[in-house]
Amino acid sequence: MQLGKATREAYGEALAALGAEMPELVVLDADLSKSTMSKKFADKFPDRFFNMGIAEANMVGVAAGLAAGGKIPFASSFASFLICKGFDQLRMAVAYQGENAKFCGTHAGISIGEDGVSQQGIEDVALACTLNGFVVLVPADEHEMRAAVRAAAHHHGPVYLRAGRPKAPVVYPGGKDVFTIGKADTVRDGKDVTIIACGLMTGAALEAAEALAAQGISARVLNMASVKPLDDDAVRNAARQTGALVVAEEHIAHGGLGSLVAMTVAAAVPVPVEFVNMGNRYAESGTPEELLAKYGLTAADIAAAAKRAMARK
Amino acid sequence: MSVPSPVRSLDELRCLAKRLRCHVVRMITAAKSGHPGGSLSAAELITALYFGGVLRHDPAAPRDPNRDRFIMSKGHAVPILYAALAEAGYFPVEQLLTLRKLGSPLQGHPSKADMPIMEASTGSLGQGLSVGIGLALAAKLDGADYRTYVMVGDGEAEEGQVWEAAMSAAARKLDNLVCILDYNKCQLDGPICEILNWEPVPDKWAAFGWHVIEVDGHDLAAVLAAFADAKTVTGKPVCLVAHTVKGEGVSFMAGNNEWHGKAPTPEECAAAVCELA
Ligand SMILES: Cc1ncc(C[n+]2csc(CCOP(=O)(O)OP(=O)(O)O)c2C)c(N)n1
Ligand SMILES: [Mg+2]
Repeated sequence: MQLGKATREAYGEALAALGAEMPELVVLDADLSKSTMSKKFADKFPDRFFNMGIAEANMVGVAAGLAAGGKIPFASSFASFLICKGFDQLRMAVAYQGENAKFCGTHAGISIGEDGVSQQGIEDVALACTLNGFVVLVPADEHEMRAAVRAAAHHHGPVYLRAGRPKAPVVYPGGKDVFTIGKADTVRDGKDVTIIACGLMTGAALEAAEALAAQGISARVLNMASVKPLDDDAVRNAARQTGALVVAEEHIAHGGLGSLVAMTVAAAVPVPVEFVNMGNRYAESGTPEELLAKYGLTAADIAAAAKRAMARK
Repeated sequence: MSVPSPVRSLDELRCLAKRLRCHVVRMITAAKSGHPGGSLSAAELITALYFGGVLRHDPAAPRDPNRDRFIMSKGHAVPILYAALAEAGYFPVEQLLTLRKLGSPLQGHPSKADMPIMEASTGSLGQGLSVGIGLALAAKLDGADYRTYVMVGDGEAEEGQVWEAAMSAAARKLDNLVCILDYNKCQLDGPICEILNWEPVPDKWAAFGWHVIEVDGHDLAAVLAAFADAKTVTGKPVCLVAHTVKGEGVSFMAGNNEWHGKAPTPEECAAAVCELA
């Protein structure tokens, strides 16, 4: 697949574009603005940008206060630091009263590569999903990220966005203008099995579907960037219409997209589900490609899971 | 038994500091990613600890319960620590070039899980000093005389946890704990003074109840004297505020924060190694 920009780059670009339209938009970062790309906003709107230093918990609390003061704050850091260090503040200062604050965790997953475990946000989606009232978005490519940032800015309430470090395969070659929170996109139709994916895994799912097609298997691919609220209708329809599901995410096994899909399926249309994720373990240093292969997150892993799911029908 | 490492002459130590810097540049070049600046600023401090008779340690007995503990809290600077450990004989020098490679125990940031001689897993900034307090408390409980040293970055010290730790170490009168502040005046996005500007740095540690020793972190004789001084302090933890230059030792990296987290090209590596030879 064709590689586009990294979703973190699209995050920075989207903020810089929105800054002109929304004077109440303010941006915070914790000494990673060159990496999260919030610097793109800082360069254009220095007065509305706050580099809070290496102090993520404080940054989250300050974002809550800015929201309470009528601003629309977007605060970013690596997913691991933002969510783990800022968690109590996200819960008490933001989620509890539904402050209108937005957060973006970048360099998520193991595709950050060589830096290793300390920098790899692998449990952020699970933790963010436990924050009541939060919307949790994991866009697949640069186009979807730009639309998601806009949707987040216009949504009243807390939002967590997840972005990646590497260039992401283009899932929406024609662009994506509107992001609807709570709606999945069928990015490829199929009838034998459905692959539900988000983030970097949506590109891999499309590759897997292509490989399966060559073997006579028709796989649907649902891009579930809106992890919370989940598009329950799309999940139920996929379960009914294709009879087997695969959930693929760059995350530990517990608590992410797989867990949410499983709850919906178990409650409504119990069909076989196979899970593609890194398991409940810590990874290590390595190139993004090596890590994705070693920790079971390739198109081949997804295709194999699709066959396992179909065999259990 | 852990014993003080054999004392070397100042000239030998200066040579070693250069050799460690050379390793750092080569390792990060081979890894194609990493953080040269904060490793290079700490070269003399690490040299003094491991080869200047400051740390009681023995590569033949790496788990000796009486060894002094060293925690690299600013974990991105672990290449300089790996270089020292290899030169000291904890693992072969050739292994340094596996930094950040799949399957290597030389993880991008210290991993106690992959390399047990790391005294703490770090890389999420702000955590090492707290673990150091735990070790220092354990030593007191056991009546053991090992000492704990924690290296903290000046950017890292913006984390609230560092100041929670600072308060608790002083409250516990942990005179077996030394915080080494690599005061290189730069963090990731730029100079400290443009981001949080938390001056006056030494006064803050003193106000938190620490005995503060300021030192030129690149003057090996002064660094050795400061560590010796630290051992005589009673009733208080010691903060060694080491004035350093980020990227020190390589002309085109020194004081240039572009080299915070960027790997040299092979040509840049050759130029750096040539300067350090
Ligand atoms: C909690 C946390 N936030 C952010 C980072 C990303 N980061 C890595 S190094 C660095 C700057 C560190 O500056 P300093 O402590 O002064 O280190 P030095 O200048 O010695 O390299 C940042 C922000 C991190 N590793 N951990
Ligand atoms: Mg610094």
